[in-house]
Amino acid sequence: MKKLSARRRHPLAAVVVLLLALAATGGLYTAFAPASKAKADESAQSLTIEEGKKLYEVGCASCHGAGGQGTTDGPSLVGVGAAAVDFQVGTGRMPAQQPGAQVPRKKVIYTQAEIDQLAAYIASLGAGPSVPTKAQYSPEGADIAKGGELWRTNCAQCHNFTGKGGALTHGKFAPNLEGVQPKHIYEAMQTGPQNMPSFPDTVMPEKAKKDIIGYLNAVNSDQTKNPGGLELGGLGPVSEGLFAWIFGLGALVVVAVWVAARTAKAKKS
Amino acid sequence: MSSQDIPEEKLPAEPGAAHGAVKVADEDNPFADPGLPPHEHRIQDIDERAAKRSERTVALLFTVSMLATLGFIASYVWIPNDKSIYIWPLGHISAMNFALGLTLGVALFCIGAGAVHWARTLMSDAELADERHPIEASPEVRAKVHADFKQGAKESAIGRRPLIRNTLLGALTLVPFSGLFLLRDLGPLPHEKLRHTMWAKGKRLVNMNTNQPLRPEDISTGSLTFAKPDGLEEEGNEEYQTEIAKAALMIVRLQPDNIKDKRELEWSHQGIVAYSKICTHVGCPISLYEQQTHHVLCPCHQSTFDLSDGARVIFGPAGHALPQLRIGVDSEGYLQALGDFEEPVGPAFWERG
Repeated sequence: MKKLSARRRHPLAAVVVLLLALAATGGLYTAFAPASKAKADESAQSLTIEEGKKLYEVGCASCHGAGGQGTTDGPSLVGVGAAAVDFQVGTGRMPAQQPGAQVPRKKVIYTQAEIDQLAAYIASLGAGPSVPTKAQYSPEGADIAKGGELWRTNCAQCHNFTGKGGALTHGKFAPNLEGVQPKHIYEAMQTGPQNMPSFPDTVMPEKAKKDIIGYLNAVNSDQTKNPGGLELGGLGPVSEGLFAWIFGLGALVVVAVWVAARTAKAKKS
Repeated sequence: MSSQDIPEEKLPAEPGAAHGAVKVADEDNPFADPGLPPHEHRIQDIDERAAKRSERTVALLFTVSMLATLGFIASYVWIPNDKSIYIWPLGHISAMNFALGLTLGVALFCIGAGAVHWARTLMSDAELADERHPIEASPEVRAKVHADFKQGAKESAIGRRPLIRNTLLGALTLVPFSGLFLLRDLGPLPHEKLRHTMWAKGKRLVNMNTNQPLRPEDISTGSLTFAKPDGLEEEGNEEYQTEIAKAALMIVRLQPDNIKDKRELEWSHQGIVAYSKICTHVGCPISLYEQQTHHVLCPCHQSTFDLSDGARVIFGPAGHALPQLRIGVDSEGYLQALGDFEEPVGPAFWERG
């Protein structure tokens, strides 16, 4: 002991003590940490579901039923999966404001943490698609040309050539996809919200979904060249025709009035 | 310029009765023709300075047109065709497109505007009355034409030389046939082509997205899948577009209880139904599928079909239901066609029956 104490002022003493302390902490951590962490995870998971259930009872149960079984006002949520919840609540569609032909996108009222809790609760009711990971939906590394081909085969009929949307029957519509998060586009393809058909992985593999997101990202970015200018919503012949009829014909009417108008007379009769 | 500015003595003498002063209303005949109103002079008619101004305006418009045409040529020659510029409120636009359109538009408009301004301010604006006359010629003129014709016919001896007359008639009759025979190139007739597609018994349904044959378990309720016949490849196949235009298929899965049409249920496989993707109105690809209502909408003319009721037309101009393809499963568990469509796909045609 005396020897040790005598060397306590050695220049390297502090380093030795530090190393010993680090080794002790690391050893203790490896001995105890995994078990306690797993325990924490499990309880956190069940806690998330509990929290989600509470949120569900306040915000959703009036239409979707106390256990998510659905009522006349809202469909059953058993088996829709976490992806559907993340899409519907994450884009502000749910909770719905009023019944109607279609529930529109609006301001998101839950935080992402609350959405995750709701999603965890709904996912616990029955197996369904889970929320995609960033690697799945990120447009990076997508084959844009292939994405365009897939887009025109599967999506363009409703959402238009570059995702500007279009009209459906009885007040329903395919929404504009500009500015929609890639995650939500991925989830929409996976789950088929409202009247949109779903495109499950069995018929449209993960890579194809990523390519489609890459295509949308490419055609709607600020760098996209548009040689035509003034796209009038990008909706095609309807808005272009309306513009031509109102402004083109309007200009012609003005010119015709000018051509046929009386010229200024020298003296009033 | 108001009327007060013009001295009275500068006004030219009224042309008088030719343009007529307003007649006093006739007490006995209120419907009598009142004639033309009195002619009023324009400023340019009496003020030479105003006329000069108009002349300069017209010349200016024509000069602007010339400059715009030169601008058009210059833009075509010097603006690189991939240059993009921002112009409010048009947004980003190709610089060359914009310059060409603007200069050509100005060039044409200024010619028109100059001509109209010229006519309005400088050309004579006196109203003219042109009486209408019968268009029939006088009896003397008609008699002379008849006589001339008779004499001409006599001198040409067409009545005396029937050989010439008949060969001329023959030649004139045959000439149009050369044009008529060119129309043959519009053919040949399609014969049975419109009635058959590539689908046949045992042909597998191949997913358009992955080029892999489909299994029933791949198709979930509420999903939409497009399929083509097995063996139809796009690469190096000249007939691809012709074939896919007839054979394109959309596949959805319905709950068997929701299928109202008995034949549709029979031709489906566990609720999976396959319908032609070609609208029966004018043949647009139709696939705006609403998974909750099972309605399919055509983007061209809004024809709507109910996929849960034999793809019956429920709205729009389409004349008949979408043809359904009878499907089943082969020994390896893949979806297969059990024959061709029973009726021609796409729009109706005369001989469709």
